[in-house]
Amino acid sequence: MKFNKTFDRALWVFHLNTGSCNGCDIEIVAALTPRYDVERFGLKLVGSPRHADVLLMTGPVTRAMAPRVERIYRQTPEPKVVMVIGNCGCSTGVYYESYNILGPIDKFLKNIDPDVKIIYVPGCPPRPEAIIDATAKAWLVLEGLRGDA
Amino acid sequence: MAGKSYTLPIGPVHPALKEPTMFKLTVEGEIVTAVDVQPGINHRGIEFIGMRRNPLQVLHLAERICGICSIVHQYSFALASEKAAGITEIPERAQYIRTIMAELERVHSHLLWAGVAAHELGFDTLLHWTWQLREWVQDVLEIISGNRVNYAMYIQGGVRRDISPEVIQKLKVMIADYRAGIDQLCKAFTDDRVFRHRTMGVGVLTYKDAVETCAVGPTTRGSGVHKDVRIDQPFGGYADLDLDYCLPEKMGYENNGDTYAKTLVRLQEVVQSLDIIEFCLDNMPPGPIRWESNMTKLLQHMKKAEGEALGLNEAPRGEMIHYVKLNAGDENVSIWKVRASTYNNILAWTKMLPGCQIADVSIIAAAVDPCIGCMDRVTVVDQDTGKEKLFSNEDFYRASIRKTRAYQRKVSP
Repeated sequence: MKFNKTFDRALWVFHLNTGSCNGCDIEIVAALTPRYDVERFGLKLVGSPRHADVLLMTGPVTRAMAPRVERIYRQTPEPKVVMVIGNCGCSTGVYYESYNILGPIDKFLKNIDPDVKIIYVPGCPPRPEAIIDATAKAWLVLEGLRGDA
Repeated sequence: MAGKSYTLPIGPVHPALKEPTMFKLTVEGEIVTAVDVQPGINHRGIEFIGMRRNPLQVLHLAERICGICSIVHQYSFALASEKAAGITEIPERAQYIRTIMAELERVHSHLLWAGVAAHELGFDTLLHWTWQLREWVQDVLEIISGNRVNYAMYIQGGVRRDISPEVIQKLKVMIADYRAGIDQLCKAFTDDRVFRHRTMGVGVLTYKDAVETCAVGPTTRGSGVHKDVRIDQPFGGYADLDLDYCLPEKMGYENNGDTYAKTLVRLQEVVQSLDIIEFCLDNMPPGPIRWESNMTKLLQHMKKAEGEALGLNEAPRGEMIHYVKLNAGDENVSIWKVRASTYNNILAWTKMLPGCQIADVSIIAAAVDPCIGCMDRVTVVDQDTGKEKLFSNEDFYRASIRKTRAYQRKVSP
């Protein structure tokens, strides 16, 4: 799906915790508050995945969250980008042996949608600067999807 | 519409919740009549993973139980495992550094809570202001440990990093900055009429209920209960301090257990933590910071050790317990059990929420400073039938009797 250039400079973000320890989540909030103030780049947290361009996901996918992750991914309108914040979302990190964790987010999402666009932000937790950097990368991905319209 | 009630499910993914949990509210009109918490969504099986790793590896797992109170989880695990392994001579300097780190975390956690509470009331200016103040303590934590959230400071028998004289200077500057700014912040909470209206008399946890539900930490101190591990069973650097319980009455308010009282407790504790850090910096003795600086030797000692112990600690949210059992010859931790403070405090919801309006649910739920990552448990489900089973006190009692009988048969054939 293509979209025009007015769209991708104001990314609306939905934050989904798929079973993280809170560390990445407080860094996301820290990125929104005055020291880092990511809203000056047009980024905004929204309350519903149906309003979002970007899904911010933190944490490995726990068994109970798996069907919800799939539902929320499908609810987000195209085109969309997934930003995986933190080591445990990228690779399950320190929790790799657990019985209740189905795996990292990318493995899970690629089963649902083979064309999923994922931006990895490793770190335990990543610094707010890294999250801002990842946002710039999300712009580039979305620019690549831009049509002629 | 009298008597007609509805169930209002909130979660597991909800804009008001930062963590996946689920609660079902039974409402009659605008009034909440009952609440049912259904946790288990954020369960990551950390205790299970921990029993497959050695005590030094579990230190890093322990701090990833929760990203906000990561220090106290590591502290409690270190306390429990060194007690179990019989390591008693922890250098005094290490004890002071441990105390400083734990108190720095309390400052950041309480400021975080204050911001979230303001946000829950729609007071976003105050959220941004408190979080801006919180960055000062984050800076200091980063200078000491190199990371903003998970600090990896503790190890069995001491700490991993020393605090240098330059960092002590930076800490003193931070304390002075906070002392100048905290009064203004307190006033923003206590003098604001809207904040007072929204929190006074809202979400009351009476003294009796606080004792009955075994609430811990600021939740229970807001109701006037004298409970604080740092004072009741002092450990580490706290033993040298003369601390007093932070109660709302010290700021001229009743100990009535409402949300305003809990806010006052947390604001006082920020100042108390600054006092503790200052005391520790002024009286920090020189000397080594570890009982054994060679990791291999330490691991060998832990491998040979046999024993079990409890590690008690006062997290920003209240009392926290880690139980550790080590078996000789087994490199891994044999048994590890964590009881985080939110596990107790979540019960207080069942007393605080009924009778309130739906609009007050979020601030009352936030008042106990819930941390789902710390407390999540699972329900046992039979795979063949799909039936859920909850273990009640009676079930545990029966299981206990069965076990005794089985032993009796074994011992006396």
